[in-house]
Amino acid sequence: MNSDLTRSSAAELAHALGSGELSSVEIVQAHLDRIAAVDADVHSYLHVDGEGALAAARQVDERRAAGEDLHVLAGVPIAVKDVLATKGLPTTCGSKILEGWVPPYDATVVAKLRAAGMPILGKTNMDEFAMGSSTEHSAYGPTHNPWDLTRIPGGSGGGSAAVVAAYEAPLAIGTDTGGSIRQPASVTGTVGVKPTYGGVSRYGLVALASSLDQAGPCTRTVLDAALLHSVIGGHDPLDSTSIDAPVPAVVEAARRADVKGLRVGVIKELGGEGYQAGVRARFDESVALLQEAGAEVVEVSCPSFDYALAAYYLILPSEASSNLAKFDGMRYGARVLPPGIDDPSAEQVMAATRDAGFGDEVKRRIILGTYALSSGYYDAYYGQAQKVRRLIADDFATAFEKVDVLVSPTAPTTAFKLGDKLDDPMSMYLQDVATIPANLAGVPGMSLPSGLADEDGLPTGIQILAPATRDDRLYGVGAALERMLLDRWGAPLLTKAPELSAKGA
Amino acid sequence: MATAVTEEVVDYDEVLERYDPVMGLEVHVELNTATKMFCGCATEFGAEPNSQVCPVCLGLPGALPVVNDKAVESAIRIGLALNCEIATWCRFARKNYFYPDMPKNFQTSQYDEPIAFNGHLDVELEDGTTYRVEIERAHMEEDTGKSLHVGGSTGRIHGAEYSLVDYNRAGIPLIEIVTRPLTGAGGRAPEVAKAYVGALRELLRALGVSDVKMEQGSLRCDANVSLRPKVGDATSEEQAAVPLGTRTETKNVNSLRSVERAVRYEITRQAAILDKGGKITQETRHWHEDTGVTTSGREKSDAEDYRYFPEPDLVPVAPTRETVDALRRTLPEPPGERRRRLQADWGYSDLEMRDVMNAGAVELISETVAAGATPAGARKWWTGELARRANAEGRSVEDFGVTPTHIAELDGLVRDGRLNDSMARQVLEGVLAGEGTPTEVADARGLELVQDDGALEAAVDKVIEANADVAQKVRDGKVQAAGALIGQVMKEMRGQADAGKAREIILAKLTG
Repeated sequence: MNSDLTRSSAAELAHALGSGELSSVEIVQAHLDRIAAVDADVHSYLHVDGEGALAAARQVDERRAAGEDLHVLAGVPIAVKDVLATKGLPTTCGSKILEGWVPPYDATVVAKLRAAGMPILGKTNMDEFAMGSSTEHSAYGPTHNPWDLTRIPGGSGGGSAAVVAAYEAPLAIGTDTGGSIRQPASVTGTVGVKPTYGGVSRYGLVALASSLDQAGPCTRTVLDAALLHSVIGGHDPLDSTSIDAPVPAVVEAARRADVKGLRVGVIKELGGEGYQAGVRARFDESVALLQEAGAEVVEVSCPSFDYALAAYYLILPSEASSNLAKFDGMRYGARVLPPGIDDPSAEQVMAATRDAGFGDEVKRRIILGTYALSSGYYDAYYGQAQKVRRLIADDFATAFEKVDVLVSPTAPTTAFKLGDKLDDPMSMYLQDVATIPANLAGVPGMSLPSGLADEDGLPTGIQILAPATRDDRLYGVGAALERMLLDRWGAPLLTKAPELSAKGA
Repeated sequence: MATAVTEEVVDYDEVLERYDPVMGLEVHVELNTATKMFCGCATEFGAEPNSQVCPVCLGLPGALPVVNDKAVESAIRIGLALNCEIATWCRFARKNYFYPDMPKNFQTSQYDEPIAFNGHLDVELEDGTTYRVEIERAHMEEDTGKSLHVGGSTGRIHGAEYSLVDYNRAGIPLIEIVTRPLTGAGGRAPEVAKAYVGALRELLRALGVSDVKMEQGSLRCDANVSLRPKVGDATSEEQAAVPLGTRTETKNVNSLRSVERAVRYEITRQAAILDKGGKITQETRHWHEDTGVTTSGREKSDAEDYRYFPEPDLVPVAPTRETVDALRRTLPEPPGERRRRLQADWGYSDLEMRDVMNAGAVELISETVAAGATPAGARKWWTGELARRANAEGRSVEDFGVTPTHIAELDGLVRDGRLNDSMARQVLEGVLAGEGTPTEVADARGLELVQDDGALEAAVDKVIEANADVAQKVRDGKVQAAGALIGQVMKEMRGQADAGKAREIILAKLTG
């Protein structure tokens, strides 16, 4: 057990709680102290609920003292991306338009965390309505990468990746529509999992693109991700698209960590042109390690993946343009009156509210989606994109006839500098080129650290993809690779990150 | 204030010499499921505003819909009863537009994959002929909230000081039933419209899927009307070949009588425009019950783009053959057949049966007869006194609190000779006033025919003596003059006598 308990994994904390070595109050307080010390620099939280987290911790400690049978993660605190509804806690989705909104209900994921006795430390920063790959599109200012504060932490869930990387929480919940869990994990040297679509309830997840969104774990270890996955996964009658089947045996798979005889497919279309040399080098080494451990590695072609980004940028904006229509200043959140109009109509108030409340990236995508769904254009854009989506699913199906999992680099580059891609949406969108196919097909994906790029010393990530509902395979492969890499590095990758100065302390 | 411009109209019969009216009717039916279309909120009518709401029907960020299986069952049963094909696989779609009473700024509806399609309903017209209404589709959707515009004179958003929104109605399951263009009706178009909505209401009531109360909005009709040049007989091939004219859609048509009047008005209004060489504007129009005219609402063109796309938050609806067959077995006897059977059972004339149907009283009479009334007695009360009152007060007979059991009891009291007609009417007053059952009211008000012939004879003698001149006329053979004496006798008896018996005694004494 690490002397600074914020450096401990969730599994270690859970063990210490179980043995009585630590109380939940101590753990929560240590993390609140850490947040106070470093978050002014990292800016990964939009809202910290110290009082609520301590109250929940006290309650868990009392229940434990009373001899109650508790969930394995009971008492382990967690941070939640600000896109999930939390009863009594502000939920802004990184947008001005939801400033001041306090949901009257909990998302199912949040309800499950509470039911497991996990204190919620706060809500994490994100690109506005999860649109972006850098967290720079947050209306409340960007989050900084703990590895280099001048760089982006990825996005949209940069806050959830950064809290974990900066030891401001042992665990966090992210959401992934095109890579928003996996790409931030890749550029912050952490683990991120997008479960099978329907594996985790979307009820209470403020929708970006309903057919693509999926909540999942952001952690520092594969086992921690598995433990969290089994808390939040499972069928929810409140979500029609939720899968009515037990959660895959992810914890067992992570503990087994076995790849012997496993067929691993390297996706030919992901990893060539446009991928940074250091990213590619670390990826190749990881694949070699898997081979050494007894996995059978083959190259697999998924030709339709070349069209994934184009299809994604029609489907996502289309759904988003409709999902975001409800933010109109009529019922909740910000309301802006149009200047210079004495007696404005409802429509004028809606327009003024949306104009002032949404940022440029959100407006860009609403306009794209509105156009793509318009009569006369629907077939050419939305309709075609749906066909590409089918082809991508077919590519996965064909590939998974030959191999058990697929692998690729998670993101084409390491963390870029804040501001570098802000004026170039297309180059920002390309950050998700390798992660998007999984969302379009609904299959599960994991990103775990593969090392540091030689050219800039920043973290790189490897992505593992499995067939729908076979999330357990991600954990088996991920845990095996993690163990081999750890042996090679001698210590977790994050120990190589520079210490953050404790300004507030 | 918006003044309604009185528009020019052409005499109806003149219109028909030059134009062929074509209609399309869209009927929205609120289902009577216990809970809403996509959440567990109650659907009770008239509850405290915004008391039947939750994150889902308020469209709060993050909330998701779940389909109400009962509503899908009702939709399929309606489709089957309308002789439709039932989709084996269909999806919901989002209809995107901004309006404050729509919490998500899109309505979850169905677009190109309706649950039911290609059906028909045969509608009986007043002269006994049948018109077949072709049904294009019946699809599932959710209702919107209700806006109340306060201030201003019209109750519409224009000119209002502020608006209140009640979201209790948001998410109530709706079935929208859309006809194909109704052609060939000629001058009977308004009658066909009324008969169709009436027949549909009867069918839905028999299915038990909706309250079908037009005045409460659980059945709402939008009437599309257009005119095209008349080139021949309404049902001729030449006429069918003429392209349809530009249509208007009249909303807020919320009684059977209004459906007929609104269609008729639109026909005469459009004809006046076309006669002057003008063009019909494709638009939504509002029907005004009081003035009997329609006024222009927002312009609505085919270019209005709802950007429909399949609802990604819901999974497809795919009823199995077995489910559909099982639902088919729950269909009631078709109202037309049932009506003919009941008419024969009850011995009503065609005219009497039509009165009953127009009063929407078939079910009430059926229940009243089942409770022991004679068919004639049941008809007399429901289509007479009660229908008159309902009409006068603009209410529905069901809303009076008088039950079929009450009427059967009242009918029994008259048949047993305890009450005469005028006393029975007084008893009904009491029942309507909530004073209790007919027997209780009669007891409490001391209403009972005097059965004592001695008292009646004494009264007759007294009246004859006091009206010697009239009595003489009767003696001289002017039997109709006895009426005046009967009136006097009833007055003497303070109404509590059998008028028939009084007449008998008077005639016996004077002409015996």
